[in-house]
Amino acid sequence: MTRMQLDRDVRPDGIAVLRPRGRLTMVAASDLKAVVDDVVAQGHTVVVVDLHETEFMDSSGLGALVGGLRSARAAGGDLRIARPSTQVRTVLELTTMDRVLRPHASVEDAVGAG
Amino acid sequence: MRRQLALRIAVLLAVTLGLNYTVWRWLESVNWSAWWIAVPLVIAETYSFIDVAFFGMTMWRAKDRETPPPPSEGATADVFITTYDEPVEMVMTTALAARDIRYPHQTYVLDDGARPELRAAADAAGIGYIVRTADWADRPRHAKAGNLNNAMLTTDGEFILILDADQIPDPAILERTLGYFTDDRVALVQTPQYFTNVPDADPLGSQAPLFYGPIQQGKDGWNAAFFCGSNAVLRRDALMQLGLVGYVRETERTVREALKAGATVLARSRRQERDPRVLAALDEVEAAVRDAQRRLHAQDPISEVTFDFQRRVGEVSASMVTADVDAMRADLAAISAMSSGRHVEETTLTVDDAALRRLSSREWSPLGAIESVRALVAAVDVDRSDEAQAVMSVATVSVTEDMATAMRLHALGWRTVYHHERLADGLAPEDLGTMITQRLRWAQGTLQVMLKESPLTMRGLRWSQRVMYFSTMWSYLSGFAAVVYLAAPIIFLCFGVLPVTAWTVDFFARFIPFQLASQLLFVVAAHGVKTWRGQQYSLALFPVWIKATVTATANVWFGRPLGFAVTPKVRQDGGGSWRLVLPQLVAMGALVVAALIGLVRFGLGYAPWMGTFVNLAWVAYDLVVLSVIVEALRYRGYAGPTDGTTPGSPTGTPAVGSTSSSSKEGQ
Repeated sequence: MTRMQLDRDVRPDGIAVLRPRGRLTMVAASDLKAVVDDVVAQGHTVVVVDLHETEFMDSSGLGALVGGLRSARAAGGDLRIARPSTQVRTVLELTTMDRVLRPHASVEDAVGAG
Repeated sequence: MRRQLALRIAVLLAVTLGLNYTVWRWLESVNWSAWWIAVPLVIAETYSFIDVAFFGMTMWRAKDRETPPPPSEGATADVFITTYDEPVEMVMTTALAARDIRYPHQTYVLDDGARPELRAAADAAGIGYIVRTADWADRPRHAKAGNLNNAMLTTDGEFILILDADQIPDPAILERTLGYFTDDRVALVQTPQYFTNVPDADPLGSQAPLFYGPIQQGKDGWNAAFFCGSNAVLRRDALMQLGLVGYVRETERTVREALKAGATVLARSRRQERDPRVLAALDEVEAAVRDAQRRLHAQDPISEVTFDFQRRVGEVSASMVTADVDAMRADLAAISAMSSGRHVEETTLTVDDAALRRLSSREWSPLGAIESVRALVAAVDVDRSDEAQAVMSVATVSVTEDMATAMRLHALGWRTVYHHERLADGLAPEDLGTMITQRLRWAQGTLQVMLKESPLTMRGLRWSQRVMYFSTMWSYLSGFAAVVYLAAPIIFLCFGVLPVTAWTVDFFARFIPFQLASQLLFVVAAHGVKTWRGQQYSLALFPVWIKATVTATANVWFGRPLGFAVTPKVRQDGGGSWRLVLPQLVAMGALVVAALIGLVRFGLGYAPWMGTFVNLAWVAYDLVVLSVIVEALRYRGYAGPTDGTTPGSPTGTPAVGSTSSSSKEGQ
């Protein structure tokens, strides 16, 4: 079973950058959600999810992003997404979630969007 | 009538005397102290007795058909000439003769080699030309069967005459055969194959007059005459029905296998997963699999079962997507509640039906995250995307498509006809290597059918048809018996080991009447055609039959390739061809040496005269039979007709033939 790989990175300015690689699906969603909760708990309340290498996302994957947004907001922070692939963008648009999780063209853009 | 009576008396004699001998051999005369040769010998003899009994049953109702009625008004016909790599001139000779068949028809060259020069020649002669469609690219081609299936989809004649590229048809071939189809139950009319490039002596055993004559007539009597790949007319409707039934059966098999494999993989996934959502999804899918399996078992229509399975999996997907969406809505509501102090943003989730459908589609479904489920859902479907055509009329189960096709037609209740009249002239291989390749291919094909679609278990066949098909397959197992028949006298002459308790009056009183009765049956059945070549080759090609049995078994049971080759129709250089028959040459050498040793042992008083005499006679018989191999090696190809006989009528018999495939050597 192809599992998603998830890299995490904390920038000098304290912003956490997560990079899910592969398929962000039902089986990977809980991992992503757990990692977001973890970095938020460590005080990195602004999280950028770089979706450049996320080749596929289903409704559960989207659910994990929204769940992460909720955790970040609850801690006074935010969750932003950057560089979604065509399929991911289609899922966002289809569910109108692109209005909540606005795709940014780069991680830098996402960081500065605050 | 008189002939049939004589035949039946001969059959009864041979079977009764054979049974008497075989039972006595098992009960009274096996030399158990030398079991290692005694048991193989008695098994080989039993094998041969069963072969004689099958032959007897074949001949019991041998049918000499009356002249057929004229074709029904307006029956339409297509003529298919199948080719792969035969020379263009050869194909065109056949195609032009086919074009000139008197009965109105369309002629098509089915060129699996897709040669531009053949297309040009066919176009110039006003003959149809068909190559494979693009659907066949990167899919199993199924050789000649695939070629025929491909052409069936682009043509429309009610009846189809199939000709190999080297079978030049008589202008009368259709008017002589189409009339049989006025009986609506007839699906096939097979005519003999005769080869014109074969001298009287027929050193390669190309003509099989016993098969294309008494044996096919005998099978015809049991409604079991079979398709031999060429020189046969088929009813398109019957083939289409065969294709549809086969499609349903194949789909059912694929779906059944997919469900079975799916159940196993789901159980494995369950052991690896801990996520409760994934486990719940696996439960749902597993329940759907079990339900589909139960319904298939209960003979529910395959399309409904797969449709319902897909719908159920779709419902699982939809409920998962709905759950995801609900969770997101809850998250968004919470976010909205806490963001009162911040900038107001759109926090309602608008997911319409179309979006829901898309999110839960096969492509995007959360279920797809479970790899095992994704593969399963794709496999449990009826589109058969692994094949070029969903509907394959001509059987693709074996390398020789003909026997399997005929058997399936019989299983569906169709009738077949053997029309004993020479209506096409063909070309036989002219060198040993090509001949051996061809025989190997036929034997492999027949044995593949026996192992994959046994006539003994196929639904819809009558018991007599089962026996008729099985007897042909049985005859191809003769290679092992032949080895025993060659080894037994050598072992006695060299080492004095007796496989039977004694060569006494008891033995001869049973053995000789049986042998005489089977020869009598043979002579009466043959009705004047020459059968000696066939008898010789049925023993002399023992390495070919053994190789065929071993490779076909390895192929069917263990998925190993057959090493299949198309039989070349052009004479190849015969240099070094003795290597092809090395086992036979070694056997002949061993027989000669054993005879000399036996004589010496007898001279020195080590061996009894009776045993020595019997075994020397046995060796002599084996050598005479095997001598055909030497004749074949010396044969340099056909030099044209000799002594004024026209190539058409070498023996004066009205219609003798050989076979494109599924031939029986001798009997």
